[in-house]
Amino acid sequence: MSANIFRHEFLSRLRSVIVWSVSVTALLFLFFSIFPGFAKDAAMINELWSKFPPELRAAFGIDKLNFATVLGFYAFLLIFVEICLAIQAGNYGFGLVSIEENELTADFLLSKPVSRLQVLNSKLLAALSSMGITTLVVWAATLLSIAVWNDGHEYDVQTLLLVMASLPLFQVFFLGVGLAVSLIVKRVRSVTPFSLGLGFGSYVLSAFSGMYSDVKLEYITPFKHWDPAYIVNHTAWNAPLVALNVGVTVVSVAVAYVLYLRRDIPAVS
Amino acid sequence: MSVIEVENLTKYYGKSRGIVDVSFREEEGEIFGFIGPNGAGKSTTIRLLLSLIHPSSGGARVFGKDVTKHGPEIRRDIGYLPSEVYYYEGMKVVDLLNYSASFYPGDCSRRIKELSDLMELEMNRRISDLSYGNKKKVGIVQGLLHSPKLLFLDEPTAGLDPLMQRNFFDLIRRENERGVTVFFSSHILGEVQRLCTRVGIIREGRIVEISDIRTLQKNNYKKIRVTGKGLKPANVKIAGSTNIQTENGTVSFFFKGDINQVLKKLGGLKVEDVSIEEPTLEEIFMHYYE
Repeated sequence: MSANIFRHEFLSRLRSVIVWSVSVTALLFLFFSIFPGFAKDAAMINELWSKFPPELRAAFGIDKLNFATVLGFYAFLLIFVEICLAIQAGNYGFGLVSIEENELTADFLLSKPVSRLQVLNSKLLAALSSMGITTLVVWAATLLSIAVWNDGHEYDVQTLLLVMASLPLFQVFFLGVGLAVSLIVKRVRSVTPFSLGLGFGSYVLSAFSGMYSDVKLEYITPFKHWDPAYIVNHTAWNAPLVALNVGVTVVSVAVAYVLYLRRDIPAVS
Repeated sequence: MSVIEVENLTKYYGKSRGIVDVSFREEEGEIFGFIGPNGAGKSTTIRLLLSLIHPSSGGARVFGKDVTKHGPEIRRDIGYLPSEVYYYEGMKVVDLLNYSASFYPGDCSRRIKELSDLMELEMNRRISDLSYGNKKKVGIVQGLLHSPKLLFLDEPTAGLDPLMQRNFFDLIRRENERGVTVFFSSHILGEVQRLCTRVGIIREGRIVEISDIRTLQKNNYKKIRVTGKGLKPANVKIAGSTNIQTENGTVSFFFKGDINQVLKKLGGLKVEDVSIEEPTLEEIFMHYYE
């Protein structure tokens, strides 16, 4: 770890952290502010849903959730928050070393008296801190929303904590996979297409996974590994899928370290 | 003591050639010129020495230490000015220089002030607002602010105006007088001639010649021009003269051998003007390139 690289990396991402945090908070508040209305007319809304094609209900995970409960509602809206978090984490992962190589500042950094290991450690820690701040904001916004708009409904605190605790690991998956992919492909010219692709791609897979429940798509999408609906309905994480998810993250990060330590930094071309 | 020792260093990027079997040494306090056309492998060699890239085979030591094993330690005493300078666009010049300084022990602020004054650098401008030449100046200050013992200059003068080039050369000479070893890569032979004591010539990834710059010039051709009415190439044709050309009554040729032979031959002619010059490095090296 070197403090100056950490500081530089962290500050360069500060604006992005603020933008994502504000957006996600706004999303949470906006959704939760309609919860009292939802809860009041629960019977009617559940009837309305039932008129929807079952595939559509499955895609949104509506069939498994009860919107009249705080956590059922939260599990539904959290998917949209997760899409944001996935894209943010993907941005940081894909860009962690590739931005520096594209903007050709890698020469500057790596001709300094620091080892590759120090560089990657510092960069990863800075990205984790940046994501960590967003996570804390999401947690705070969640607790605040529930406190303001729970409409007198009870909810199980332990389940809520389990759902919230899934978020950091969910984010780290996208950071790790993004980083590994950025080092495996020859060159990442622009980060956004990659992170949008990975984030939305995973979400779409998870939606399809709900529709064709016989196809085992849930193995390959982190949205299912950490499916909020599952956690709410079972008051537990889906252990095999969580293990798979964490395993992929660990392998990705390990691969990234191996590749980065041996990497030839591309020159100006 | 050898500051740089390169032995059979080879680098392939996949199948394409970087450098092949490059070996040379640079002694402490030298200014070593590394000359070759674009794409010959100059930057590849420097990037290998900085361990920005890893060798396919062979090895190199800087300050007596293996570059692949002791990179961070070695780089503490290295200053690097790349051929193309790119820095964090959003940063101010002063912030970039301070960030650069934060990698080295000790306080560099006085040195930053000195160097930026010398290069007439505006410290509060954003990197993204700087012209290419000004970015280059940032690069120069950035490469020198920690008082390195070894300097890698990769085509350093591109983008600098002639006045700044002179400042820059003076600066490099002063650094060298303080004992700094300089590795100077360029394809402009004139500037190497001005600065370097020894040169290595690289072509298509291989070293073709390593030589003292004086011996190169001494054991080589003289460039002779004779002007006079009705002069013909036949008038100067003696053993040792080559590349004879006639233009507007001026005959010019290269000569290698006993200079008295030329004088004797010219003594028998009626001439208006004679000049005998050292050939430039360009002319000397032409046959390596061809």
